[in-house]
Amino acid sequence: MATDIRTRPPGDQEDQVVGRGRRQGSRLFRDWYGALGQADANGEPTAYVFVMGSCAEVLRAFDFHMVFPEINSLQTAVHRVSLDYLNAAEDSGYSPDVCGYVKADVGVHLRDRQHPNGVIPRPSLVIATNMCNTYVKWVEIWERMYHCPVFVLDIPGQRGIGWRANPGEAGFEADRRYVQAQLEELIELASRISGKPFDVDRLVQAMEHVNRMGAAWREVLRLNQNVPAPFNAMGDAITYMGVLSAYRGTELGAQYMEDLRAEMEERVARGLGTVEDERFRLHFVGTACYSHFRRFLELFQNWGAVFVNSEYLAYAGGGLDRGIQFDTSRPLESLAEQLLLTGQRSMSNMFFSQDQLADTVRDWHADGIVYHAVKSCRTVSTGMADSREYLVRTRDIPALSIESDLVDPRLWSEAQVKNRVDAFFEALGARKAAAAAGRR
Amino acid sequence: MLVAGVDVGSTQTKAVVLDAQRRIVGRALVDTGANIDKAARSAFAAATADGGVAESAVSYVVGTGYGRYNVRFGHTQVTEISCHARGAQYLFPRTRTVLDIGGQDTKAIKVGPEGQVLDFSMNDKCAAGTGRFLGAGAFALDIPLSDLGPLALRATTPVKITTTCTVFAESEIINWLARGKKVEDVLMGVHQAIATRSLSLLRRVGVESEVTFTGGVTRNSAMVQILQELLQTPLNVSPEAHYMGAIGAALFGLEKAGEGPAGALEALAADPLAGPLDAMRRTIPACDTCSGVPAAAEPLATEVPA
Repeated sequence: MATDIRTRPPGDQEDQVVGRGRRQGSRLFRDWYGALGQADANGEPTAYVFVMGSCAEVLRAFDFHMVFPEINSLQTAVHRVSLDYLNAAEDSGYSPDVCGYVKADVGVHLRDRQHPNGVIPRPSLVIATNMCNTYVKWVEIWERMYHCPVFVLDIPGQRGIGWRANPGEAGFEADRRYVQAQLEELIELASRISGKPFDVDRLVQAMEHVNRMGAAWREVLRLNQNVPAPFNAMGDAITYMGVLSAYRGTELGAQYMEDLRAEMEERVARGLGTVEDERFRLHFVGTACYSHFRRFLELFQNWGAVFVNSEYLAYAGGGLDRGIQFDTSRPLESLAEQLLLTGQRSMSNMFFSQDQLADTVRDWHADGIVYHAVKSCRTVSTGMADSREYLVRTRDIPALSIESDLVDPRLWSEAQVKNRVDAFFEALGARKAAAAAGRR
Repeated sequence: MLVAGVDVGSTQTKAVVLDAQRRIVGRALVDTGANIDKAARSAFAAATADGGVAESAVSYVVGTGYGRYNVRFGHTQVTEISCHARGAQYLFPRTRTVLDIGGQDTKAIKVGPEGQVLDFSMNDKCAAGTGRFLGAGAFALDIPLSDLGPLALRATTPVKITTTCTVFAESEIINWLARGKKVEDVLMGVHQAIATRSLSLLRRVGVESEVTFTGGVTRNSAMVQILQELLQTPLNVSPEAHYMGAIGAALFGLEKAGEGPAGALEALAADPLAGPLDAMRRTIPACDTCSGVPAAAEPLATEVPA
């Protein structure tokens, strides 16, 4: 029988710690959107950035507010109004095939930047990388709407299948110099727009906050190797990841992640999982389905399944899953290196992910992988079929393939998804039973 | 002891009653229509009537198909993916790959030696390559579904249907007819389009012999012939293939009711092709002179009148 938390004495440890990450994360999100509304009213410098390659460290040094259009778009779906925004964009001529995030964002701007979470300020500066090939065209929309400066940071990717430049190699060093030169240009531009001189100490301070955040986040992820897993990598972890982006480079963000690590340690110590009987542990590849976020999770939780890790947390978490540690004695060089490494992983996913996926399945004690292809995003879905086929055939890792969308509720078919999910668990159950009976 | 499987599909609902020796006692097929619960009850009632047994004599019912949760009188639910695999392995014990072409789904299933699902692949977000695509062709050409196969086999120069959308395929069919193409050539084009898409799904899970073809489209002789030619491997087709999901569901029912399958499976493995199942089995040998275009209009031995 569940304990009524209202009967617990004040200061009860569970009351304080368990669930704190979700509660604090929700509050930080409200505060962040509140600050954006203030920025709009006061005309304060605001940068539009993306979760991959946000350059938050540089922007913190100039006190820019940061707007994440991807988060704005997914929030329209969480509030169950994404279709209104998508329709606004399609009414103005955008094709149904265009990325759902782009269209929901265009809808926000066509509605005078009125968003379910508040008013979104106009952009004073836009930064995009080539980590997603849609970013570069997306920023051109704002450029035409607001005539704002756009800075595109070009991150070199892999050279070919099985060949990439690694730190310490001449190729990587050349790439690093190339990215660093672009960062120096960005600093000049940010200084001009904000009207503030560049202070390297402020950049270093932001990087130190990221170092703390990254170290704690890496440990949080590692703690999910425990059985039962203390959190669902596609449930509450999405809130944690939002804080990773919105509060990157801040004391609040670093403190939040350290508190979260303490919560997870507490949960592990007390053997607290996310489902009553953890029968299946899964790794996730793809992006969340925000239009049916809760239902999507339930389809898995009803079988006693938990997502113990997720590729989504890696690339949409700005690369912090590896516990980024900047060398603040050479800040710009180090920032360029980490941008390269993050970009390399994001852009090279289809060529290099299979070994990493297999390693994660092993280390997180997962029973299989769920691939969630996104109908309106071919970038994130490319290579999934090949990756899945490779892991099923060569590594004997069970894998499920399903498709819906990021934010477009028209692309969700519960009957189809549930059918596949149920069949996957039936097969997984039979596999486990055979293994238990010594037939595998 | 009697058990039943009720397969509520998007187009038709099938029910099968099995006895403890896994023999089919009765079977029935009704259109699903708008009232899914009613369809499930009607099919079940008709299957018991077909077998001459009382409904109350059936001790365990398993629901499957998209409407499996609407089989309210059922004791449990199993997806049709697992059921087709189990049913196919029961009728053809050496089955390692199942192709099921249903009303709105086409499934390729990789099957283990005990009938367990090892992997599967299905069409997503689009009914191209499913029975509905064939239905669209029949509608556009105003031909009964049962005549599609024999007519298509009379084709001499099939057209290529390139539209992937089931709805727009109708326009393409009309366009070909307007350009003077013969109905049978257009129809063969429709069949080949479906077969090609089904093959893509099969390749995703890997085609391993033996391949068993299940679902309502197995009654279409042209489709059986095209698939067998494209696959270049023997194709198992049972006259009961339309009921494969319901058969599989009933087999799960026996398992759940404690009547198998372990002992029965062992017996089957010892003498896999003997016994009362023979009438339910047909294996179409691989065509080694495949041209990709059927030249003859001879009806196949597997043709089952609709």
